Amino acid sequence: MTADRPKVHIVRTGTANLASVVAALSRQGADPVLTSDAATIDAADVLVLPGVGSFAAAMDALRRADVAEVLTARINAGRPTLAICLGLQVLFEASEESPGVKGLGVVPGEITRFTGAVRVPQLGWNAVACEPSCRVLSDGDAYYANSYRAGHAPAGFAAAWSDHGGPFIAAIERGPVVACQFHPELSGSWGAALIRRWLAAAGPERGLSSLSTTKAGARC
Amino acid sequence: MLIPRIIPCLDVRDGRVVKGIQFQNLRDAGDPVALAAEYERQGADELVMLDVSATPEGRRTALHTVAAVRHELSIPLTVGGGVRSDADAAALLEAGADKVAINTAAVADPSLIATLAGRFGSQCVVLAIDAARAAPEGPEPAWRVVVRSGSQRTDLDAALWARQAVGFGAGEILLTSFDRDGSGDGYDLDLIRAISSSVNVPVIASGGVSTLDHLAPALSAGADALLAATIFHDGRYKVGDVKRHLAAAGISVRRTSTGVQP
Repeated sequence: MTADRPKVHIVRTGTANLASVVAALSRQGADPVLTSDAATIDAADVLVLPGVGSFAAAMDALRRADVAEVLTARINAGRPTLAICLGLQVLFEASEESPGVKGLGVVPGEITRFTGAVRVPQLGWNAVACEPSCRVLSDGDAYYANSYRAGHAPAGFAAAWSDHGGPFIAAIERGPVVACQFHPELSGSWGAALIRRWLAAAGPERGLSSLSTTKAGARC
Repeated sequence: MLIPRIIPCLDVRDGRVVKGIQFQNLRDAGDPVALAAEYERQGADELVMLDVSATPEGRRTALHTVAAVRHELSIPLTVGGGVRSDADAAALLEAGADKVAINTAAVADPSLIATLAGRFGSQCVVLAIDAARAAPEGPEPAWRVVVRSGSQRTDLDAALWARQAVGFGAGEILLTSFDRDGSGDGYDLDLIRAISSSVNVPVIASGGVSTLDHLAPALSAGADALLAATIFHDGRYKVGDVKRHLAAAGISVRRTSTGVQP
């Protein structure tokens, strides 16, 4: 059976817990494969960039594994990539969490810490509202586990927004490149539907069209 | 605005759910995987699994249970019980837990909190506090920390411990009232107020809930999430009943395709 299941490569660096991502992709009929090999990441048709931990540790791990450049190249080329949580943050230029550490910089802007009278970390469910140009993202409630976030929408991407002491970027998308601050793999049936739509957007020529379904909930 | 979470709790020993759980549609009421899936279907926002196995074999079984539950579950999973080292935590996270709850071991050695937060991030580290009401020394009520599954009282002030633990890197507090747990008298609202106003991280309230009317006051008192076991396990209420009750009181609940719509 496994041979028929489309491979989805997951970037494995550091100590990130990947079991939830692996399980969520498996439930969608994909064959998740963990890798930290630059050539494999470069060649992967469909890639997930997860991440928990600190911005500096994540960037250090990506650079040490020599995958920063191939990640940058594939995102600039618009190849199917789903970045999750810290995976979204490292796409930006820098983060207040780790001053002086450069991110991948494929998305303009800086990550900053939540401000105001709110609980930090943001642990729990929060409403997501999409800009009209979103195709993969949809309105709904998403599960978050983060202390830092992007406060401004980067040019060239469609954005979805949440609010925690002020509006912040819930997710951004450009074609089959989707980056979520929330955890779609932990966001129940809404998150599962998002993963299905992303796999579908990753392209029928990759044998993933059978996984696609119609968009559940509000089209945005 | 964060949406209040409703969190069923499973007590598991040697791979089986300890307390009797009565769901008519479940073939095996002791199977943690079937129960976890049922709670997600009902609209649970997260699941806590406390493993009370006392033997090394039981602990190994717990890892298999976590992996099996993770395979089915698409909501967050917190696992606690007997976590004593970063190796214990790493094994649970590797098996599929999203967060690890620590209690007695953190009181014995608070640096464990910093070790876990440094290695896995604060968002993975839940400090469980069992708090028993103490004779107040001033005008305000006070609580002392209880460890070893409630069998050993300490002199540690619960609010002080909460602040210290957050300073060490705890990302969330699972707060159980020792006095109310199992009483059915409702959450200890004073305790929730005291702890949630002492720290900036989310607080999960636990202990004492027996009716739907106990829920909203705990949220008003400052809880970010509500843990419940008995009211769900004995079939008195489904998670959807809780959500509908909260929504009727004007409290936002999570939108799900299978659960309640606000």
